[in-house]
Amino acid sequence: MDQQNLFDCSEEKAWCPGCGNHGLLEGIKQALQELGKEPHQVVVASGIGQAAKLPHYIKANGFNGLHGRAIPPAVGIKIANPDLTVIIHSGDGDSYGEGGNHFLHNVRRNMDITHFVHDNQIYGLTKGQASPTSRPGHVTGIQTEGVILQPFNPIATAISLGCGFVARTFMGDREHMVEIMKAAIKHRGYALVDIFQPCVVFNKINTFKWYKDHVYKLEEDYDPGDKVAAFQKSLEFDDGIPIGIIYKEDRPPFLDTIEYLSEEKPLVDRDLDPKNAEEFMDQFY
Amino acid sequence: MDFNLLIGGSAGQGIDTLGTLLEKVLQRSSYYLFTNKDYMSRIRGGHNFNQIRFGSKPIYSHKNALDAIVAFDETTVTEHLSRLKEGGKILLDESLKDEIDVSEDQVVYLPLKEGAKEVGNPKVFSVVFLGALIKALDLDLKIGKKILEKTFKEKLLEVNHKALIKGFEMDLNSWDLKKPENTDQRIMINSNEAIALGALAAGVTFYSAYPMTPSTSIMEFLAANQKKARIVVEQAEDEIAAINMAIGASYAGIRAMTGTSGGGFSLMAEALGLAGITETPLVVANVQRPGPATGFPTRTEQSDLSFILTASHGEISRMVTVMRTPEEAFYKTARAFNISEKYQTLVILMNDQYLADANQTIKPFDFSKIQIDRYIAGEEDLPKGDYQRYRFTEDGISPRIIPGKIPGKTVLADSDEHDENGNITESAEVRIKMMDKRMNKMKALAEEVEEPWFIGKENPEILLVGWGSTYGTLRETVEILQEEGHSIGALSFGDLYPLPTKVLKEKVQGAKKIINVEQNYTGQFAKLIRQETGIAFDHSILKYDGRQIALEELIESVKEVL
Ligand SMILES: Cc1ncc(C[n+]2csc(CCOP(=O)(O)OP(=O)(O)O)c2C)c(N)n1
Ligand code: SF4
Ligand SMILES: [Mg+2]
Repeated sequence: MDQQNLFDCSEEKAWCPGCGNHGLLEGIKQALQELGKEPHQVVVASGIGQAAKLPHYIKANGFNGLHGRAIPPAVGIKIANPDLTVIIHSGDGDSYGEGGNHFLHNVRRNMDITHFVHDNQIYGLTKGQASPTSRPGHVTGIQTEGVILQPFNPIATAISLGCGFVARTFMGDREHMVEIMKAAIKHRGYALVDIFQPCVVFNKINTFKWYKDHVYKLEEDYDPGDKVAAFQKSLEFDDGIPIGIIYKEDRPPFLDTIEYLSEEKPLVDRDLDPKNAEEFMDQFY
Repeated sequence: MDFNLLIGGSAGQGIDTLGTLLEKVLQRSSYYLFTNKDYMSRIRGGHNFNQIRFGSKPIYSHKNALDAIVAFDETTVTEHLSRLKEGGKILLDESLKDEIDVSEDQVVYLPLKEGAKEVGNPKVFSVVFLGALIKALDLDLKIGKKILEKTFKEKLLEVNHKALIKGFEMDLNSWDLKKPENTDQRIMINSNEAIALGALAAGVTFYSAYPMTPSTSIMEFLAANQKKARIVVEQAEDEIAAINMAIGASYAGIRAMTGTSGGGFSLMAEALGLAGITETPLVVANVQRPGPATGFPTRTEQSDLSFILTASHGEISRMVTVMRTPEEAFYKTARAFNISEKYQTLVILMNDQYLADANQTIKPFDFSKIQIDRYIAGEEDLPKGDYQRYRFTEDGISPRIIPGKIPGKTVLADSDEHDENGNITESAEVRIKMMDKRMNKMKALAEEVEEPWFIGKENPEILLVGWGSTYGTLRETVEILQEEGHSIGALSFGDLYPLPTKVLKEKVQGAKKIINVEQNYTGQFAKLIRQETGIAFDHSILKYDGRQIALEELIESVKEVL
């Protein structure tokens, strides 16, 4: 199944054997292939962390930026060229911690981009400190008495901010993950997909088995259009974690709301001519 | 002829309305003008003032000595009376008569409030004042009317019209002012607006920023015109987002820009390095205000230079240039985009509150002088096989393509140290080659920078050295001191880094005394010069009270060290 994927890339992966990132990578390549995308049409943006190395391991355009700053360049890219499929792959620390402010406001901005958060509930690259999604009591080299802070709930936060596509999946269920990925990419607007991705080295609590035992698929008749029900779902965790599309609502994406752009070519295709700007000097006479 | 007028009052009283309208009337009357603003960081109350200096020849700076004070309150009189020239006049409302303690022949009391009331709207006070000033300055009432027609509509126009005439008909003498001979059409613009217009001319289609005085007017101008220009101006969630969005947009192939003031620039520091290592062209404006931290939000200083020169950890190439006039702001902004794309590097535009808020009347910009050079590679420029974003080439510049435009070619940009493909590397050898490639751009930039402007006659004994917004004041200081018989000249720098040194070395050689003039505490530009050339200054004139050095102050300071 993983053979002959257009998005294959020969670069040697610096992830640990058994790391959940490997399966996640295969999943996104499969999803993009199945959606009929070609490498040059896709940009993978990321911040810094283990997850954020993904752009190096996929044949596509990539922008591997700064820690916590995965979203803003992706937004700039999409504004410049809406013809590109822009996806983000970054960690839970990168997305919800260092980059928390961008996360909040880009849900509001609703750019047509897809954000895949590799949620291993830990800081992998920096060797095992608590992340915003680490559970209370989780002991690390820094949180020596266990995590005290309340965990960040990305699903509830995104729903409360009016995010148009909020989903959760587990990389251990490839089929589920790929279906969610495809739906997220197809969604017009900012889509958040929180993906459980075991870190086999630094998170000994939320292991592959732990996720497997804890997740359950949303019921067949679950209605992702019901905001209040979705919010309720988003609060479930300790007694079973729902995976699937938790909330979906179609809102016009950012660029669609700028009426004067609707008839125009993408910014990247504009013919630039200084003379066009001359009329803006009139206001100074 | 050179007339200097101050309009003062508290925030919200209408001094800006009067100032703006009067400036326009003077512009339309073919006067040259230079205006500057001194305002407090508050929306109501306090003490603010605008100074309008106008005359029949170009004016490049403000000065202290006042010919007239237009007072909205008594504070304006007490604050500025000492600057009123002999024979100068204070104009104010008659209701303030009992509160002002000045000799009768210095004051002209006017029934302004009364006039506004008679017209039927106390809010038109400023326009009654305008009418009176049009009379006092011997200007054409018709021009005043025209300006009102452009500013107000319908009912509001009607009442303002009446107010204007009310003021104009007041009983007061006119100054005998020389009329301008040169009636060429001019624009009146400040340097922030000129930066914004330069950016539009250069083909900027995306501007992302977070509001911060005194940089916001760049964003405001672009936003006001975004619909017509079909561009995107986005208020980011913070400055970190603003610069990262601009970097993403530039990576994707458009001309993007961001701008801020010191505090926001501090937040951008990490991303400057991102632009550097990813070799993404980027133009960033920093409009300075006094720091550190929040400092003086609405005042002026030149204290970000040392920081800007090295902002970001690690080492990157950059060009730093500062504005001296609105003309320069326009043309240099456009140039910045060409240079940033030619060398795939960072260009930082500096300005400060003084120039950002100073309206000047100048020759209209010549858009035919602007060239857009993108330096973007096409498929034919590339070797076969996978595209390498950071390919080593003879001239050190890797061909840059636009992601998505060439099937089969993908672009990987990376903030880690990387190999030619853009993939993460830990190789010492590659690191050295990549550092050399990126830092070598400084050599090319050194060829691009322009020498400073020299003011004065050949080989002066005393050489003043300044940069940016002090240009006009340096120029006039030299002219006045030369007339007094001093052998004096000045260098005013625009391009700062890489530092152009040719003219500097020449002029320093012939001079007996060299003095740096800067609006900061530590003499940041003198430090740069010493670092780059070994030249040390004999004296420094440094001002860091948040107020721009005035002509008289500079002359006095120079005389002290002569
Ligand atoms: C400004 C900045 N602060 C800190 C770091 C160090 N750092 C790199 S990755 C990381 C956390 C990574 O955690 P996460 O985003 O969850 O990614 P993971 O490695 O778990 O995939 C930190 C703290 C950095 N690179 N930059
Ligand atoms: S440390 Fe954890 S997240 Fe990082 S590669 Fe290893 S297993 Fe994966
Ligand atoms: Mg993590």
